[in-house]
Amino acid sequence: MVSLGKFLKKRNSVQIFAAFLTNIHLPNFLKGVLYNGKVKRLCVPGLNCYSCPAATGACPIGSFQAVVGSSKFNFSYYVTGILIFFGVMFGRFICGFLCPFGWFQDLLHKLPTRKFSTKRLKGLTYIKYGILLTAVVALPILLTNKAGIASPYFCKYICPQGILEGGIPLSIVNGGIRATLGALFTWKLGILVTVIILAVFFYRPFCKWICPLGAFYALFNRFSLLSYHVDQHKCISCGKCSRTCRMDVDITKNSAHTECIRCGECVEVCPTKAISVRWGFEKTAEAKKTTNCEKS
Amino acid sequence: MGFAKKCPIRTKYAVQLILILTSVVFVCVGAYRGEAETVFSKAIRLCLECVGIG
Repeated sequence: MVSLGKFLKKRNSVQIFAAFLTNIHLPNFLKGVLYNGKVKRLCVPGLNCYSCPAATGACPIGSFQAVVGSSKFNFSYYVTGILIFFGVMFGRFICGFLCPFGWFQDLLHKLPTRKFSTKRLKGLTYIKYGILLTAVVALPILLTNKAGIASPYFCKYICPQGILEGGIPLSIVNGGIRATLGALFTWKLGILVTVIILAVFFYRPFCKWICPLGAFYALFNRFSLLSYHVDQHKCISCGKCSRTCRMDVDITKNSAHTECIRCGECVEVCPTKAISVRWGFEKTAEAKKTTNCEKS
Repeated sequence: MGFAKKCPIRTKYAVQLILILTSVVFVCVGAYRGEAETVFSKAIRLCLECVGIG
């Protein structure tokens, strides 16, 4: 089992590096073309549009819709398998450290303005599960044309990342694309601008309320190899961790909370170092302690 | 449910192993069915819906 306490302190550097690795073909922004190498068969862990000229791999949410929305398949074992693997390895650590759109919102939130709490808006966190089930899974399977092909409904009507990484940069360098922009572009640009404004005042509104990828990874926080632990013997219940958490999580009550993006801020502020982060299987000393659990 | 409550670490370990195994099987099945090629063909072309063209 590996301790990751020091790693968490370099979060911003990790986010920059992850965003760069996810979009490694930067010169393509100037050329206005997409990378089309073999690596694009693989999905990246974060929300990153494959129509971004610099994109290294495929967006998992876009890929899932592309497969289930095709005439050949009704379910994507391939993309679901990749997502389960990422989920069980890292859980929502991916949101906190590896997702380029999460990093983008973090940068926006650093702008020096008044900040607002989302603690009273916890009910909105369930919206993203509805979006995952309807726009990503159900509609591309059920709402098809006569040829059996469906639109990627989430990408088409909701996702602001395609506009940010693809639509805007491509329309700047490509007059042909610029000439075809219409009502859909305006709608999606409106969503992007709304998310940007909200992200300045609220911490990660898209991750909290909208993102279907975050919703999927949230289901794995309980079982992921990367886990948080609170030593109840060290914890003095000062409440610093829950007051610091911008995802509105009280880690002392539930260390595997679905909204925890594993940013590590609670680890840093804990005065007694009661919170630790580990990666790996827990079938070590703790399991040996409970070895008689079947008998009890 | 009783076992899961009594032995949370062992249950978590078992679920982790099952999930890893499931993910590997799913990826292999998906690749065998040709899903990776569908992903590839979508990812290398400009997704008109994604960028807001329609």
